[in-house]
Order: sequence, then structure tokens, then C-alpha cells
Amino acid sequence: MTDILLSAKDLSVRFGGVLAVNRVSFDVQQGEVFTLIGPNGAGKTTVFNLISRIYTPTSGEITYLGPKGRLNLTQQAPQAVASLGIARTFQNIELFEHASVLHNLLIGRHTHRSSSLLQDLFFTSKVREAELKAREKAEEVIDFLDLQHHRDALVAGLPYGVRKVVELARALCTEPRLLLLDEPSSGLNVEETDDMAFWIQDIQHELGVTVLMVEHDMSLVSKVSDRVLAMNQGEMLAMGTPREVQTDPGVVEAYLGSIDDVSSLRRKVNGYVDAPSPGHTRV
Amino acid sequence: MLFLQLVISGIAQGCIYGLIALGFVLIYKATETVSFAQGELMMLGAFGGLVGMTLLGFPYWLAVVCAIAAMALFGLLLERVVIRPILGQPAFSVVMLTIGIGYVARGAITMLPGIGTDTQALPVPYKDEIWKIGGNEFGVGALVLNVEHMAVIGATAVLCALLYALFRYSKLGVAMQAASQNQLAAYYMGIPVQRLNGLAWGLAAAVSAIAGLLLAPITFVHANMGFIGLKAFPAAVVGGFGSLPGAIVGGLVIGIVESLSGFYLPDGFKDTAAYIVVLVMLMVKPNGLFGEKLRKKV
Amino acid sequence: MRFLFKTDYAQDIRLAKHGGHVFWYSALLLLLFVAPWLFAEYWLAQLTLVLIYSVAGLGLMLLAGFTGLFSMGHAAFLGVGAYTHAVMTNAGIPFPIAIVCAAGLAAAVGLVVGLPALRVKGIYLGIATLSFGFIVEEVLARWESVTGGNAGIHIAKPNLFGWVLESGTEFYFLCLVITVTATLGILNLLRAPTGRAFVAIRDSEISAQSMGIHLAYYKTLSFAISAALAGVAGALYAHNLQFISPDQFNILQSIDLLLMIVIGGVGSVHGAFLGAIFLIAMPQVIAQVKDFLPATVGQAPGLQGLVYGLVLITFVLFEPMGLYGRWLKIRTYLQMFPFYRKGMFKRQKSFQKSDRLK
Repeated sequence: MTDILLSAKDLSVRFGGVLAVNRVSFDVQQGEVFTLIGPNGAGKTTVFNLISRIYTPTSGEITYLGPKGRLNLTQQAPQAVASLGIARTFQNIELFEHASVLHNLLIGRHTHRSSSLLQDLFFTSKVREAELKAREKAEEVIDFLDLQHHRDALVAGLPYGVRKVVELARALCTEPRLLLLDEPSSGLNVEETDDMAFWIQDIQHELGVTVLMVEHDMSLVSKVSDRVLAMNQGEMLAMGTPREVQTDPGVVEAYLGSIDDVSSLRRKVNGYVDAPSPGHTRV
Repeated sequence: MLFLQLVISGIAQGCIYGLIALGFVLIYKATETVSFAQGELMMLGAFGGLVGMTLLGFPYWLAVVCAIAAMALFGLLLERVVIRPILGQPAFSVVMLTIGIGYVARGAITMLPGIGTDTQALPVPYKDEIWKIGGNEFGVGALVLNVEHMAVIGATAVLCALLYALFRYSKLGVAMQAASQNQLAAYYMGIPVQRLNGLAWGLAAAVSAIAGLLLAPITFVHANMGFIGLKAFPAAVVGGFGSLPGAIVGGLVIGIVESLSGFYLPDGFKDTAAYIVVLVMLMVKPNGLFGEKLRKKV
Repeated sequence: MRFLFKTDYAQDIRLAKHGGHVFWYSALLLLLFVAPWLFAEYWLAQLTLVLIYSVAGLGLMLLAGFTGLFSMGHAAFLGVGAYTHAVMTNAGIPFPIAIVCAAGLAAAVGLVVGLPALRVKGIYLGIATLSFGFIVEEVLARWESVTGGNAGIHIAKPNLFGWVLESGTEFYFLCLVITVTATLGILNLLRAPTGRAFVAIRDSEISAQSMGIHLAYYKTLSFAISAALAGVAGALYAHNLQFISPDQFNILQSIDLLLMIVIGGVGSVHGAFLGAIFLIAMPQVIAQVKDFLPATVGQAPGLQGLVYGLVLITFVLFEPMGLYGRWLKIRTYLQMFPFYRKGMFKRQKSFQKSDRLK
């Protein structure tokens, strides 16, 4: 029986009059890839922001199996989250623009720093050793994600696809136990998305990291996820294996509209009204 | 009676701060840049009025109108030549640029032979007039109102009403706000962003010129007048940086606090009152009285 | 054309990245050591002033250039350091202790300024620090029992546990040692995790926080260190002028410091030095050129302000990377000759986005 790494119970958050997340509960088991899907505005990224402690829930709780035991995540400060082993990427890339890729990754090693301010000031041999060690770890991640070519490039000049990978690399540098990926494949082409799928699988199997993901690309979701939670308008719709969730009628309605909506889509061809055949998705 | 007197002169001073702060907020609302040159623009406006009345011999109202128009044009020109090329650069660069503009304006005026280094008086028609309200037939116990102060308050009120109407009821106001939030999107929507920016600067310069012309009878015209503009920053912050009514309210608050602390508190508090108020405000309500709190969505 | 072939990670950590660095910086240090015998006394005094302003510039560069917190009242820390040191020196306390206390008190004031600064960003921070600057200046002027008020105070010569520094040369060496130490300290910080945390805060606070960087601690630390450096510079400034008064630490001085780092090049350690050289050299240059200008222009009192403003505007418009940026371009041109392409350092045309949503 694998441990439950993260557990959200009746999580809700209200912003003024908007109930962005409404009584969402789920468990993430250690070693699995758990995906949140749902239309835009469903509250998926808000759940992430609740876990990273950018927001505080108005009710409900999140428990997490930290390195020292189970704790209540909602009582932690935002900067403590990383040292608990939770890393995340952001939907609209939040890299350090005026630093090189390597620099970004080294900042990711911050939670593993062992030197004090005074030691930094004098750059003692202890700091030097720690720096070299950090560099080795960063290089491991660079090898893992094939970023060697961009190592010294300033982030500001990099194309979008590469930046997404750098975000992932930076998150991996923290040596997380739980990795939160916010739309890892948005803006990537087919080939880059395939690479991303392989990397997520490698992260799960080789590095043993648990992945909690928000995603829209259903093929990616089916390929890598163990379990899926579908959300809509802040509420839970369905939870289960990817296949179960994708065929759930509630989920289908949320994404595609009800059968009434679909049947009202008509197309005029050569003056004749043509009704779409059932099961045919109109884009 | 003395208290009321102090409050009224505080309101008058506060209106000046408010007008300069209005200039800041106008520019901030339109282009989200902070202009440290407003004080110097005010000084230039005052000098413009002086030149109009003494050198060119214009009557008061003609000189005033000309000075305001000249400053509006100058603001437009400034935006076109100096500010436009750097929009999009970090806010700090723009701030340093406006500080540079202030230096140039102050230096250039100081270099003018004759009037640059002296303190001149602006010969306004209502100079040194006072109104007496109440009191007995001997004039004892009356409320003495300085017409110069009253002119400031009156003009500010009229100006605010005009600007309010402009922003509330015209497409211009909405367009300005759109351009300040996301310039690229505003371009896509067909908003003539650059023309709007120029208009905002011209308007802000004109408002500063009005402030200068109103202040001139009280403090006299000299090259260092612009430093009064520094106190307008606390005014804008107290009111909330994105809010036009806030700028005026902030100015009034600062003006009244300054006036009262000059009398009731020991020496030294008058000059720093504005800054103490703004620090307190930043601790308690960082977005000011009317400001809005916006947060980045990640 | 130099090509850096990297063989081990330690190369990236070293301060001097290659032989050329070692050579040129050694040459510079050598030149600085023999300066008293090369230059006349007047120029040595100017060089001393450059060193003093460099130290203050380093502090402001750390705060504004590397941590992204723009402080418009930095002269306040300069003043606190200067007055603390002056009062203590006049009371007979030896130089090393007095200067450490000056740095410490300035750092404490920096902490006091930094704490409310945690809650505000951008222009609000600028206005908060501006306000602090005014308040400190007023306090220095009003607290007459300690500071002598607007009349100012004279300072005795530096006294290193009995060794009184009488000559300009000795004082120059003292400043040189302090400057080199401060520079090394800053360079060390920047290549260590602390410096990286500062840069992270500058570029993206929210992701810095998610990487485990404690925002409040590092912002306050940045304020404290930068204020401490300004305090040290203030103490040296006091000795240099031998007389200080509150109006030397007003907003104009604060803006001078900002001008210095902007023209020098924000975000680089070299920028602090280049900016200091500019700040001290500019009045000299104006003084020399004045005689060639027509009398109405050359002798006018506002000329210096006008020139400063024009130079600042020119740099912000055409060379936002400052003097150091211009030097980088020249160096790259020389290194890559004849393959230098015109667009190498071109800035991306950026559209303005709302700062409020950052």
C-alpha cells in the first residue's frame, strides 16, 4: 500500500464573491502521476496556488507527508514549501529573465544551501565546495533534459519551448518529492510534447518523483497519467483512470456541451441543411 | 478662528500639491510611468506667466492662457521626443529620465540672464487682496481669507470637475486606461496609444502650469520652485496612485497636516509632516485611500 | 579573438575568469598602488573621492541593480554613517571601531527602512525611501546636541590606535584598502547563494519564493548591507571633507548616487566604479570646457545641472546599459573583429505592460 503523499480535503477558496475552488478533495499517492483536467477557469491552477501557499484556503485542509512526517500544509509559510520537497512550474513562465539558464538552475538549488551569510561574504572553501556540488547537481539535470546547448544563454533570448524546459529543469533542481506541473505542454509543438511525455515518465520512474499535473492535451494526459481528476467551475466532476474520466458523461458535457447544444450545430451545404452525425465532434 | 485659518491655508497649499499630484496620476494612468519632472513643469509654467506679463506685456488673462497653452505644447513635445522612445523599458529608467528632464529644466532656467537666479513676483490682479468674513464692525474676530488662497481652491475645484467629466464620460478616458494596462493589446484594439500618451503628457503639463500660476503669487517665481513638487508625491501616494480624485484628496490631507503641524508641533515637523504621513499610509494602507490592489495571477 | 575553453567547474566560480582578467586587474591594482607617486596631490584627492563614491555606489548597486529595490533616499545612510563616525572620532574613539559602528548604525537604519519596504513595491518603495531620506536629513539638522545642527561639525584626522593619518597619501591608501575589501566582499556575495537569491528577487519574486527564498529576509539583508556600505563611505567622506553638515546629505546627493549607478550601468559591479569616475570627473570637465564657451553659457550657474540632466537623458535613451554596457560593446567589437555584427546587443522592442500586475 503506497503512502499518500498529498491529501486535500474539502478544499475551498473564495475571492470576494467568486468561489474559485469548492470542496475539492483528492489524494495523491507516492510515485504516481495525478492530473487535473478541466475547461479554463475550472480552478486547477488555483488548486496549485493553494498547495504552493500563494493563496490560503478559506476552508478545508491540505496534508502532506513531509520529510519529517505528516503535516498540515496550510500552516506553512510560502517559502517553506520548497524545502518540504514541493516544486512547481508556472503556467506563464516565471523564469529569472536576466540570468543565464545555469544561473536559473543554481537558484533552484537554494533550499540545499549550506553556507551562512558570513561564509558567503568571505567565500570560504566550504562555500566553494558547496558551489561545485551544486553545479554538479545542476549539470545532472541539464543532462537529463538535454539543455547543454543553452547552458550559458540568457533566458531573455530563448524561444518559448526551451523556456518551458528550463522551468522544468529549475523545478527538478530542488530535488522535489512532489512536482507540480502547470500545463507543461501548452505552447509546445507535437515533437516537443512527445519529449515532454517521455520526460514526465522518466521523472516518475527514474527519479521517483510524484507528479501532480494540470493539462489540456488529452493525448499527453492519457499517455502519462495514472489517475485524473476532472474539475469544472471550481467543483469536482469525476475522478479515476484517464479512460474512466474521459468517458464520464459529466466531463463530456463540460467540455463539449450537452447533446442539445451539439444537435443545434447545423451546416448549410449546397442549400441543404445538413445535421451532424452523432458522435461527431464539431470544432 | 486661528484653527480655521490654518485649515484654509492648508487647503490652499494642499490644492497646489493636489494639482501637481494630479499631473503625476494623469501620466501614470495613461502610461504607467512616474514623472519626477512635474515640479519643474510647474516652475516652467510660472516662468511662462512671468515672461508673458513682464517681457511681452500681456494682460493677466492672456498671459495665463498663453502660458498654459505653451506648457501643454511643451508636454506634448517632451513626450514625443524624449519619453516615447523608452516606453516599455523598466519603470526605473523612465523615472531617471524624468529626473534628468527636471535637471535640464532647472539648469536651463537658472542660466537665463537676469531672471534666472532672482526671485520674481508675478503681478497678478488679485495680489495681496483679502476678504473678511464675519466679525464685528471694527473687523475684529473676522475670518481673514487671502484671495490668493481662495483663487487656488476655486481653480482646483473647477479643474477637477472638468477632468472628472473628461474621464468619466468620454471614450478618451477609457482608452487611456486601456493603454496603461496593456499597451500591445491597446494597439491591437486600434487605440492610438502614442497620441494618447502625448495627450496625457500635454494635459499633465497644462495642469502643472496652472498650479505654477496659482502658486506664483504665494511663493514668488524662482528656479527652485520645482522642489515643492516633491511633496506632491506623498500626496499622490496617500490618495492612491491610480486615482484622480485621490490625488486631490491626498494633496488636501498633506496640506492640512502640514499647516497644522507647523503651528502646533515643534520646529522641523512642518517640513517632514508630509513624509511622515506617507510612511504611515504605506504601512497601514499601502494602496492609498482610493487605490486599487491588483495582484499578479500566476 | 579569445576563446574560453572550459575544463572544470571551478573556472566558472573563479573571480578572474581567464588570463586576461588576471593581467589587467593586476595592472590596475598596481597602478592604484603607485598612484601617490604618479599623480599630483589634487588628482590624488580626486581619486580618493572616486574611491569613496565607489563604495557608496557598490551599496546602492547591490540594492537597486542586483536586488531590484530602488532606493531614492540613499544619502540618508551616507549621512548616518558620516555623523556617527564624526561624533565618535571627535570623542577620541579610534578609527576602526568608529567606522564599524558607523557601518553598524547605518545598517540598523537600513533595516528600519527595509522593514516597511517589504510591503511595498516599485514606485511606492521609491517614495518611501525618498521620505525616509527627508526625515533623516531633518533629524540630522534638528538633533543639535549630537550633530551640531545646520552649523555642521568638523572632524579630527583618522586615528588608527595611535597612528594618526596626516597626509593625503596615507588617507588614500586607507580608502584604497577599504574599497578593495568592499569590492571583494560584494563579488563574493554575488557568486554565492546569497547573491543569487538577490538576483532572483529582482527578476521574479513569486518564483523566488517558490524556490524557497525567504523574501523578507533577503530584502532586509540587501537593505542592511547596502546601508552599511553607504555608512562606511559616509565615514570616509567625512574625513575627506573634514567638515560635514546636514545639507550635504539631501535629496540632491541621493539623486547623484542614483545618477551614478544609472550612468555607470545598472546591474554590474563595474558600473559603480565607472559611475563614480563620471560623477567626479564631470565637474572637472565642465570647468575645463567652460572657458571655451561664450560667457553667457559658460559662466552661468545652472550649467552643471543642465549638463548632468542632458547626460542622464542621453544615457537612458541611447545607452541604457550605461558606461559598462558601452564598454562591453566596444570590447566585443575588438574581440570579434572583423566579425562584429551591428545588432548583437540590440534590445528587444518591448511593449509596456502594467507594473501593477507584476
